[in-house]
Amino acid sequence: MTDVIDSEAVPETSRADWQSDQEVRWCPGCGDYSILTALQLLLPELGVRREKTVFISGIGCAARFPYYMNTYGMHSIHGRAPAIATGLALARPDLDIWVVGGDGDMLSIGGNHLIHALRRNTNINILLFNNQIYGLTKGQFSPTSESGKVTKSSPVGLVSEPFNPISVALGAEASFVARSHDMDRKHLQEMFTRAHRHSGASFIEVYQNCNVFNDGAFAEITKKDARDNMLINLVHGEPIQFGSEGQFGVVQTPGGVVIVDVSEVGVESLLVHDETRLNPSTAFSLSRLATGSNMPTPVGVFRAAVREEYASAMSNQVMGVAEERGKGQLKDLLHSLPTWEV
Amino acid sequence: MTDLVEDSKAEVVDRVIIRFAGDSGDGMQLTGDRFTTASAVSGNDLATFPDYPAEIRAPAGSLAGVSAFQVQISDHDIMTPGDAPEVMVAMNPAALKSDLHLLTPGGTLIVNQDTFEERNLAKAGYDYNPLEEGEDLAGYRTIAVPMTSLTKEACKDLGVKPRDAERSKNFFALGLVSWMYSRPTEPTFEWIDDRFAGKEQIIAANKAAFSAGHVYGESAELGDQRVIVKAAPLASGTYTNINGNTALSWGLVAASQLADLPLFLGSYPITPATDILHELAKHKAFGVTTFQAEDEIAAVGSALGASYGGHLGVTTTSGPGVALKSETMGLAISLELPLVIVNIQRGGPSTGLPTKTEAADLLMAMYGRHGESPMPIVAARTPSECFYAAIEACRIALTHRTPVMLLSDGYLANGSEPWLLPNTEELESIDIEYATEFNHVGEDGEADYWPYLRDEKLVRSMAIPGTPDLMHRIGGIEKEDGSGNISYDPANHSRMIEIRAERIKRIEVPDVEVVGDPDAEVLVVGWGSTWGSITSALGRLRSSGHKVAHIHLTHLNPFPKNLGEVLENRKHVLVPEMNLGQLSLMLRAEYLVDAKPISKVAGQPFTAGELEQIILDYVDEKSTS
Ligand SMILES: Cc1ncc(C[n+]2csc(CCOP(=O)(O)OP(=O)(O)O)c2C)c(N)n1
Ligand code: SF4
Ligand SMILES: [Mg+2]
Repeated sequence: MTDVIDSEAVPETSRADWQSDQEVRWCPGCGDYSILTALQLLLPELGVRREKTVFISGIGCAARFPYYMNTYGMHSIHGRAPAIATGLALARPDLDIWVVGGDGDMLSIGGNHLIHALRRNTNINILLFNNQIYGLTKGQFSPTSESGKVTKSSPVGLVSEPFNPISVALGAEASFVARSHDMDRKHLQEMFTRAHRHSGASFIEVYQNCNVFNDGAFAEITKKDARDNMLINLVHGEPIQFGSEGQFGVVQTPGGVVIVDVSEVGVESLLVHDETRLNPSTAFSLSRLATGSNMPTPVGVFRAAVREEYASAMSNQVMGVAEERGKGQLKDLLHSLPTWEV
Repeated sequence: MTDLVEDSKAEVVDRVIIRFAGDSGDGMQLTGDRFTTASAVSGNDLATFPDYPAEIRAPAGSLAGVSAFQVQISDHDIMTPGDAPEVMVAMNPAALKSDLHLLTPGGTLIVNQDTFEERNLAKAGYDYNPLEEGEDLAGYRTIAVPMTSLTKEACKDLGVKPRDAERSKNFFALGLVSWMYSRPTEPTFEWIDDRFAGKEQIIAANKAAFSAGHVYGESAELGDQRVIVKAAPLASGTYTNINGNTALSWGLVAASQLADLPLFLGSYPITPATDILHELAKHKAFGVTTFQAEDEIAAVGSALGASYGGHLGVTTTSGPGVALKSETMGLAISLELPLVIVNIQRGGPSTGLPTKTEAADLLMAMYGRHGESPMPIVAARTPSECFYAAIEACRIALTHRTPVMLLSDGYLANGSEPWLLPNTEELESIDIEYATEFNHVGEDGEADYWPYLRDEKLVRSMAIPGTPDLMHRIGGIEKEDGSGNISYDPANHSRMIEIRAERIKRIEVPDVEVVGDPDAEVLVVGWGSTWGSITSALGRLRSSGHKVAHIHLTHLNPFPKNLGEVLENRKHVLVPEMNLGQLSLMLRAEYLVDAKPISKVAGQPFTAGELEQIILDYVDEKSTS
């Protein structure tokens, strides 16, 4: 979000001020708790007002999020949150709008709204909690479930290929694309802060553990002792390098990007990460590095490009025309076609 | 050229119906439109009926590609574009073949003779030339004019390519008909200058073609064809000729001004509703935001989002789009947020007849959502009334915090009529208040905000995002009345269902007005665009001495309070509808009356004559005894 100029100082708040009086009803141990906590702890730091903050969600476990925030909020219908948020953002550019949903909500039933919201670049922050399963409906495969997965609706194994949410977002021209996971509060907060500050639509995929229907889906990469070798931290302006000793790195090849041993190629040949590239091809290649959540996986900001924000461009048109032609008068409108007197 | 020349030979008639029919590429809609404007300026009352195919360009010369425009002009108040045209212009054999049956016996047929050659005849399915052989044209007065060649001839010194010159032939037809009806030339010439500004050759060609048509009328001894329709004694004031979609768009703008809220339109293009999106996109100076969404679901979702933010959220579509929006309408009902859903009905089911009219979405408007989800319904009755219907729909939505369905149809959307412009200062403002303060004291004695606390009309409190201290959450899950907190309590759900039903019932709508003979045994009940045909049909019946009453519903949910009483003690309650009997079903269910449907579902409006014949059976004691 671009910071809206606020003449009065924003009152100091604490975590408690951002918590609603509603009991949080996710399963004990669900990854959604840590994401909620991360955001509730962060918001007091961002210098925003609760009454100017709106959470909009669809349906799913993740989509319960707005009920727990002491802000304005709407728990809408399955998949449609990005569309509703777009209307709100166009009407009210003064608001800080967050959209929260699951992988089914945003990539299955609401896929069309997601890609168009990203393409238009309206000022909303979209958080996709990816648990690679339908949680609320008790465990069917989702569009991010891996091929072969056995679920209640694929008892002999899923036969289709999953979406890679980061690739989808980049393909949809998203100007801000990032990935984080529910096991690292600091990283989550850093990504949320970046998304909040970005002008235009921001998209964050959060790997989220559903300990009831898909437990451990990301454990191989997000466990404390695995992270060093399995998470590739993208840092703008730095060579892409990972491993406990920084022993691995990423280099660009004619076909995309590959992981190499730094000792074999030298640090200087590693790809230097540039989030701001207008051409999303390199970011897309990075999103393809891991094809499953058991391989070294990039996290952080894939892309943070400057593109015109949709709501302000639209309201500039409206205000521009009003300025040029003067404020519309109803009487003139009614007389704008040929008239005659009787 | 002189206008309205006194012509001793000209016959004075009180009204005439003219139909321009040709290939989609022949510009018949434009021709009809120009003739209409010239007639409006001459002070006639009028009503139009554009009747065109769904295909942008069906194969040239084919029957599927016939596009027609019918207009009735008169020296008195009229309600419809008329039943059977007295004059028909047929620009090609296909137009003749498809529309000739509409022409009244003895009517005048003007054909472009040049197109009656082998290839075009074959495309229209003629294996002979009806201008020369056969009985097709018997009983009509046929004027065969080589319009294409005369147009080319008229343009030959203008340096226009012959192919381009040929395109102006519709202006030849317009010139000829304009001469026949003494229409003024200036409005058309001014329009040509404006429309084709910068394209000097086209301007010259169109004007030359128009003049050639005019001269043809004068010189070709068509003198006995000249007709004068005097100006209608309409109420005094300023008039404009308006179609339903434009009137509806302006009504939405007016409502936003009256409510002092910015208008937000979320829409996805669909015939015959798209023109509203086009029209409103022009009116940014009124603070109107138009958002062309990725689909109808996003269109209504964005409108709901804007409403939630305190704007006037509207979505416009036709039947197939309404089907997609139904889940979001249910959400709006549950959230109790204002929203206007405009359905410009067209022939269904499925893609059906996109460019043809039908009014078969009433039950969908009434019941087309899951769960008990009542929603008010407002229906427009004439093109100009779409303006007021739009304001009324917005008024109900905003003051009762509910989605409202506004029904129009293809016939109203594209048809036009002169409209006595209202004094905008006399339009009633729409007063709405958003909550700005706590409205409740909690158990702990602390003031707080409850979004589902209601006033005496059961309208809930609404605080829009940005309002300090009143942060709250709303959602589609059942909520506790008052606090708005999620509640799965059976008694609460039952109560909320009743409240949602009751609050729609409490919307005040004006009583229906009985027109005609109030105590007549036969009562005709209409809704929507059938108003014109019903009014004309009943006018004819009454003038031949029959007693009959008419009511026309603008509010279909809730019904006017006096409706039950008005329906009582009639021998016959007849309900003409462009569906298989949807309003009659509702009347039967609500009032236990034997409402009989009179159905027409042909993609065409009722003609007054058709209705007159059917209703006659009921009013005529001899045949009903
Ligand atoms: C129109 C509609 N279809 C289906 C559902 C049932 N439904 C609710 S949530 C859900 C999927 C949830 O999965 P996801 O979006 O991944 O969220 P999670 O529960 O995993 O957080 C489904 C299919 C619904 N509520 N509405
Ligand atoms: S089902 Fe899974 S995602 Fe849903 S609350 Fe339980 S653990 Fe969390
Ligand atoms: Mg999920």
